[in-house]
Order: sequence, then structure tokens, then C-alpha cells
Amino acid sequence: MEHFLAKFAKHIKKKVIELTRLIIVISYLEFICLLKIDFWDFTMSIIKTINLNKIYDAETEIPVHAVNDVSLEFEAGEFTAIIGPSGCGKTTLLNLLGGLDRPTSGTVTIDGTDIIKLSSSEIIDFRLRNIGFVFQAYNLVPVLTAKENVEFIMQLQGIPKQQREERVLQLFEQIGLKDRLNNRPGKLSGGQQQRVAVARALASKPKFVLADEPTANLDSKSTSNLLDIMEKLNEVENTTFIFSTHDSRVMKRARRLVSLEDGKVVSDNNQMEHR
Amino acid sequence: MNTLIKMAWRNIWRNKKRTILTMMSILLAVFLSLFTRSMQKGSYANMISNAVKFSTGYIQIHKNGYWENKSINETFVNNKEIISALKDENIIFNIPRLESFALASSGKHTKGTIVIGTVPEDEDELNKYSEKIIKGEYISSNENAILVAEKLAEYLKVDVGDTLVLLGQGYHGITAAEQYPIKGIIRIPIPQLNNQMVIMPLKECQYFYSSENRLTSISLMLKDPERIDETISKIKNKLSNKYEVMAWQEMNQEMVQAIESDNVGGIIMLAILYMVIGFGVFGTVMMMTMERKKEFAGMIAIGMQKTKLLLMVVWETVLLGILAIVLGLIITYPILLYLSHNPIPLTGEIAESMKMFGAEPILPFSVKPDIFINQTISVIIIALVAVAYPLSVILKFDVLKAMRS
Repeated sequence: MEHFLAKFAKHIKKKVIELTRLIIVISYLEFICLLKIDFWDFTMSIIKTINLNKIYDAETEIPVHAVNDVSLEFEAGEFTAIIGPSGCGKTTLLNLLGGLDRPTSGTVTIDGTDIIKLSSSEIIDFRLRNIGFVFQAYNLVPVLTAKENVEFIMQLQGIPKQQREERVLQLFEQIGLKDRLNNRPGKLSGGQQQRVAVARALASKPKFVLADEPTANLDSKSTSNLLDIMEKLNEVENTTFIFSTHDSRVMKRARRLVSLEDGKVVSDNNQMEHR
Repeated sequence: MNTLIKMAWRNIWRNKKRTILTMMSILLAVFLSLFTRSMQKGSYANMISNAVKFSTGYIQIHKNGYWENKSINETFVNNKEIISALKDENIIFNIPRLESFALASSGKHTKGTIVIGTVPEDEDELNKYSEKIIKGEYISSNENAILVAEKLAEYLKVDVGDTLVLLGQGYHGITAAEQYPIKGIIRIPIPQLNNQMVIMPLKECQYFYSSENRLTSISLMLKDPERIDETISKIKNKLSNKYEVMAWQEMNQEMVQAIESDNVGGIIMLAILYMVIGFGVFGTVMMMTMERKKEFAGMIAIGMQKTKLLLMVVWETVLLGILAIVLGLIITYPILLYLSHNPIPLTGEIAESMKMFGAEPILPFSVKPDIFINQTISVIIIALVAVAYPLSVILKFDVLKAMRS
């Protein structure tokens, strides 16, 4: 009888421990839900689009389907090129990912935040803190020096002066333009301006950088130079790079190629696997 | 904020020629508006100063009813009550006067005159009458000689050393008749008085009008004319209702009205000049905004809030305005300062018409700080109004469309 009771008590104790563990796990999951963290997204991807559509002139007889039902995921540290012929929707997709444009339907979730739901002021602030941009035409502020251009974005973020200075020097070291710190954009070549634009995009340590045809205005030497820098920064800073391009030199260096045609994703290849 | 100001400053110098042209248009308008305003204010100040000094003073005390019926019978005797009421820190000077009318005659010429009996020494201290003597000498209290205003002397064809016959009505209807030697010819800066005035020592005037110790008015000069209402109220509280206490504005209503109506004309002129400034600023800021749409779009794309962008454009406008104003002040102030010390004398028809309004035929200028402060504030407000439309363009603009442009 005594033996039976001891065995029963042991069994009860084991069940209580299991129940306690279960309660802890449930509480943790509830906590995660309370924080509105998409647990799976957190671990899997930083950008996720679901059935993304952008239709221009939707109410006219000839609507233009610039982005057609695109569902994609981008993970941290990717070096991805969105490719395709002119007018296939590369820039529109990039604009949707960066919150510069609003989709006709579908969702864009960045690090758990559905950016479509943000107000115009919130999306600007979101871009400031999470996304870096590199434009085809560089779009540097012409009245600021190269250093000030890079520093400017950190000033907008409210980063203290000393931290800004350190970061600027670090980035200019990496882009190899330390001797051009005090030159205004007008005094820099196209390639140099684009390198400054890359430094500006990375200054605020964004989650990812969107680059729209970054090499379109550059010669082959400058293109190669810029790609070296972007690859280096991708490795050193683990920043995700997503760029649109139809430049074969860029495509060769990308680790993932997302190919678009008439707004639709026609292929999505991981080049590293092929290599 | 510093970065925004720095960017605004550099932005306005991106197109130097345009900025300089805009500044020049503002500067010219600032110069013209300051010049006209300074001239107007200077003229008003001169008219008021002359009226106050040579005629009424800032405040006058009369026997109650004198102002309505300016008769020698409405006079009063200076007494302890009045002396005590005039003990006020804002009153720096008081001049007792006896004023009335008389016919002045010399040879075949006769003319109605204003005879003013005053204390020559006090009057000289206040109005520097002795400096206005153009012929002969100034009088003193104990003399029984007179000063004749320049134009009156010309009309009567009299000169220093001649005798002038005065005939009038004295206190309580007694005939006032006397002849006086002319000791000096005086030029009074108020044309109306310069045509009619005879000045004699107070004692002699009281004797002439048979009104010993009596006065028509005591004119008061103030240390701070801005506190005139406060001073009047204090005097009124100390005096009985046998006396009336009047401010210069009440006694010179025609002049006040003339100033007010002229001032309206000046304000219309200013409004036109302000419109010139407004359109100049508007054109430049609008161009600066439209040609930088792509740049602004890039800035918004990388995370600059539109409010900060608006602030930067406002700074550009304010800096442009301030720069033009400062330059305008640097150029205008020395000119106005010189003209305030050396008024432009007027001749011909303009001078005559000014005389008709009782004003001295000169163009005096004022350099009172409020003229410059008001101009500065006005130009900044106009610049801010002019920037409203460009700001609304920034608020509405489509980032993508601007980036594609």
C-alpha cells in the first residue's frame, strides 16, 4: 500500500511539473501575442509581401497592372536584385517595399509592421528608422557637403554629434572617400556621388537598403567599385540590399535574382545555390 | 534647427543673381517706404512741435469757457491753487500768456493781429525766440517794446525802430490803444502766426489790455509727452472746476484731422509698396520651391518630415527678407539721419499749399525707432504671407511624381 502511495505521489508530482511547464509555454506565447510580434516572421524574414498589386489608371479603359499579385519574402543579410525589362514593374515594386507608394491591394509587412496601415507622417518616420534609399539620380542635397549629406539623416534621427562623426568617418573609410568629406555633390563624379548616397543610406543602420537602378548612370569602373562597396557593407554590416537593375554586371554579383515580367514574378533564383 | 537654418542660408545663395534681384526689389521698397514714412512722421512731428511750442504747449490751463469764447474777459489770475497743481515731475516748464486781438496800424496800412504777452526770458528758453530774430533785437520783461512777425512787418511796411499803433478792446470793454516801438522782426515757423503775430512783455500786455495780473492761459511743456493724459488727470484732480485743462490735440483739432487724413494716404502708399515686396518674395520662393520639387521629394523619401521641409522654406524666406531689410536699413538710415538734421526746404506752389495748412514749408524727416521697427515687422509678416502658397504646394505634393519629374 505504502509503495503504491509513493508511486502515485511521484506520478502526481511529474504531472504537476509537466502542467507547470505547459503553463509557462502558454504564458510566453501569450506574451509574444501581447507584444504583437509575429514570431515566425521575426525568425524567417524582414520583408514580406502578400498578393501585392498596383494598378495605375484602374478606373480607365486601359488599366496598367504595374505589380501583379506579388508575394515575396526577403531575409536579413540578403543581396538581391529585382530584374526585368524596362516597364516590368521593378521600380514600382521597390517603391511599394519602401512605402513611397501605396498598393491597390495586398500587404507589405516589414519586421512585423504592416506599412500600408501607417499614416503618411508615420511612414516617413518609419522610412527614416528602417529603410535606406539609393536613387538612380543619387538625390544628394546639393547645398550640403558629402559629410553633411551622410550626417543629415542621423541628425533627423536625433543621434548625438559625436556618434554621428564616428559613423561618418567609418562609412567614408569604407566607401573610400575620406578625402572628399567636405566636397559638395557638384564637385564629385557620378560614381563618387553614388558612393556617398550608399553611405547616406547606411548611416542610420537601416534594416535594409533599397536601391533603384544604382548603376544606371555609372561607367563600368564606377559600377564595379560601387558593387564592391555594397557587397563589403552587406558583409560587414549585415545590411539587406534589394536593388532593381537591368545591368548584367549587377545581376552577376547578386546572390538572389527575382525576375519580373509585366508586373509578375516569373522566377526567383538563389544564385549561391547555382554557383 | 541649426542644420535647417544652414541649409536655408545656402539655398538662398544657390541662384545668386535671382536672390540679389529679389533683395534689391525688397530693398527698394523698404527704402521708399522708410523714406516716405520718415518724411510723413517728420512732418507731423514738426507740425506738432511747432504748434506745441509756439502756440498751445502740450497742455493749457484756461479759465473755464475760454476756449469756446476767446475773450479778454475770460481771463484768470495765477494763484496758489494753480501753482500747487503745476508741481508735477512731468511738467518741466510753464509759460503764462495773455493773448488777444488788436488792430495794428502803421501809416496807411492796418491789419488784425494776435497780440501775445509773455515772459520773454522764459519764452526764449523754450522756443529760442532770440535765434529767430531776423532784424533788430530780442525784448526783455521790463521793456515796453514789441516784436513783430516777419510777414506782418512786410505787410505793414514797418521796420526796426518804427512805431506800431495797436488798437483793441481791453478787459471789461475798456479801450486798449497804445503805440509801441518795434525792437525786432521775428520769423515764426508757423506761417499763420508769421502773418499776424505781435509779441510783447507780459506786464506790458496786461497793462495794454487793462487786465493787470490776468492771464488767458498757462502753457505747459512736458518731460514725457506720451504721459499727457496721466498729467492732465493729475492737474484736473487738483484744480477746481473754475479752470479747464486741455491737451494740444483738443486745441489743434484741425491739425490733428489733417495729420490723420494725410496718414491714411501714407498708409495706402505703404500698402502698394508692401504689395511690391510681397510679389517679389512670392515669385522667388515659388520658383525656388517648384524647381526643387525633386530634391524635396528625395528628402522626404529618406525620412525628412514635411513639417521640417516647410520650416526650411520659411527660414529661406525670413532670411531673404531680413537680409534685404538689414541692407535697406544700412542704406536708408544714414540718409534719413542726415535729412532729419537738414530738412529739405520747399519752394513754389508746394510751399504755398503747405503754408495754407499751417505747416512750415520744409520736408523734415523723423528717425524715430518705431518707423524702422514697424517696417521690419511688416516686411517679415508680408514675406511669411507670401510664402503661404509655396508651403501649401509642398504639403500637397506627390513624392513619386516629383521624383519622376
